[in-house]
Amino acid sequence: MGQTLAQKVYEQHVVRRTEGEPDLLYIDLHLVHEVTSPQAFDGLRVAGRTVRRPDLTMATEDHNVPTLDILSPIADPVSRAQVDALRRNAAEFGIRLAPMGDRDQGIVHVIGPQLGLTQPGMTIVCGDSHTSTHGAFGALAFGIGTSEVEHVLATQTLPQYPVKQMSVTVDGELPPGVSAKDVILAVIAQIGTGGGQGHVLEYRGSTIEALSMEARMTICNMSIEAGARAGLIAPDQTTFDFLAGRPHAPQGADWDAAVAHWSTLHTDPDAVFDREVHIDAASLSPYVTWGTNPGQGLPIGASVPDPAAIVDEGDRRAAESALAYMGLTAGTPLREIDVDTVFLGSCTNGRIEDLRVAAALLKGRKVDAHTRMLVVPGSVAVKLQAEEEGLDRVFLDAGAEWRGAGCSMCLGMNPDQLKPGERSASTSNRNFQGRQGKGGRTHLVSPAVAAATALTGKLTAPADLETAGV
Amino acid sequence: MDAFTTHTGTAAPLRRSNVDTDQIIPAEYLKRITRTGFEDGLFVAWRTNEPEFVLNQPQYAGASILVAGPDFGTGSSREHAVWALLDGGFRVVISSRFGDIFRNNSTKAGLLTVLLSQEEVELLWKELEADPDLEVTVDLEAGEVRYGARVVGFQVDGYTRWRLLEGLDDVGLTERHLEDVTAFEERRPAWLPRSQPASA
Ligand code: SF4
Repeated sequence: MGQTLAQKVYEQHVVRRTEGEPDLLYIDLHLVHEVTSPQAFDGLRVAGRTVRRPDLTMATEDHNVPTLDILSPIADPVSRAQVDALRRNAAEFGIRLAPMGDRDQGIVHVIGPQLGLTQPGMTIVCGDSHTSTHGAFGALAFGIGTSEVEHVLATQTLPQYPVKQMSVTVDGELPPGVSAKDVILAVIAQIGTGGGQGHVLEYRGSTIEALSMEARMTICNMSIEAGARAGLIAPDQTTFDFLAGRPHAPQGADWDAAVAHWSTLHTDPDAVFDREVHIDAASLSPYVTWGTNPGQGLPIGASVPDPAAIVDEGDRRAAESALAYMGLTAGTPLREIDVDTVFLGSCTNGRIEDLRVAAALLKGRKVDAHTRMLVVPGSVAVKLQAEEEGLDRVFLDAGAEWRGAGCSMCLGMNPDQLKPGERSASTSNRNFQGRQGKGGRTHLVSPAVAAATALTGKLTAPADLETAGV
Repeated sequence: MDAFTTHTGTAAPLRRSNVDTDQIIPAEYLKRITRTGFEDGLFVAWRTNEPEFVLNQPQYAGASILVAGPDFGTGSSREHAVWALLDGGFRVVISSRFGDIFRNNSTKAGLLTVLLSQEEVELLWKELEADPDLEVTVDLEAGEVRYGARVVGFQVDGYTRWRLLEGLDDVGLTERHLEDVTAFEERRPAWLPRSQPASA
């Protein structure tokens, strides 16, 4: 029987296999950030251990970093202590760090691909659940906890069991204004937040093949929101073109050897998936979430659902408490929901292509007077690129705020937070209660919907702008 | 890591599904660099805003077993969620489905996650609501949850069970096989990337 792409990558990294024990899997790249690593480094110190492969490890500062006044010390002493701890640990253990102000700094899942460190067929881990992002290159990439971070630092391996395989096939052409974000929100709405549990997802089909690397990263990024630890896409010419010439991509004869290997990385025709899901791209429209988990999403033309109509008791209770938290009434058209803040950024949609899409809609228009819009590039390199293209001017002229790079309002560990009761349209990945600030209410949207929403102050699809006369 | 063999205590029925790790402990509590002291962040939004929240009810305040709805521990990979539960006095979480990373983290830190069918969870919820003082025993050695006259079996893979029973830490176990790791490293293609700046 043939193998899936994920099985191939997995098998190529098994260091040791013994009956009755987990496989020992080699890790090609370990990304580190300040929040989930301090206790792991402490563990090493207590046990007198070193980092086995500092040359396969890379650290950045992203979760806590302010996006204003970024060259001054962090004002919040607790955040500053955490960032300082990372700096000390990186220096002590010989790990490369991209600190605030560095041109390589940015959200951990944006900088890996941007530097060319993320390549097809690799195993990549990080103490962060959105590590699945790197699967867009055909890498097996997944999030781990702090104990596992310590394990990888010490041994460059992880004990693992093979997981089940699920294919998500998306075929056809996406309608205008519908993006990768809408595809993945539709997938999660269909299979549920637990639908991918215990599986690795492989996204395939003509729609996926036609997507850019940025769009593929958006899709793989949210695999965890469907409960899957990893999601991946077979590498192809689009992947190779993206990587060619990046600082850490192979060169010359090495490039040829790498491409030869990468070209073998696809699911065999006779491989069997444990579960298969199909989506018709032409049937999709812009998606927005109405509830407090990413599976609670609907096409923007729909209305807030009525919990009483939900048969499953658990789902009904969840919908009831979601509506109470979100301050929404069943039956309200989603397009009539007023939004206070628009957040464009995060490892889901903080890349250059996302900023371009939003800027194209904002150009020559003004953000609604009662709405604030925060634009936070995913990395310093994205920021510089956008400025070179003049996108910063477009955002500023429209009345949006142009900020420094980081996770920012995706999780509000820095000062960028929603106030209690404040409602956002956000291009990030989690609409959990309190995720963007205590009592904050989040609607997940694509960059295009975010921009259109900023212009009208209500949840808006880009196609609505003409009719709205904005 | 502390060994886990068997635990007897009272239990709290948490009738909620999709309890993500942001609910277990919000981001603002993740700034600490220690491994303990996270109990103040445990379910803090619900403890603060919802008087009827199960852990706000005095009869469940001393619970050491949490019985939750499906998809407990989804979302972020923060192991702080496991530490917060341990710091808050919990040794066991029972649910019909867990987030993968949460479950993995719990086995590394000595919190036992027990998978029961949703019917069994509902049954236990009813018993606990009728009698908050009900003693529940979770026996890892026998693979059983016991309360009243009821005995329910549960599965844990043999390796994880052994590690938990012995309280063994993974790094030490892997270090026994470092020669295999070295041999693997010698076979890796030379063109694979390294993190040092390209110019160095
Ligand atoms: S942008 Fe958000 S989801 Fe991505 S790594 Fe940062 S906090 Fe996590």
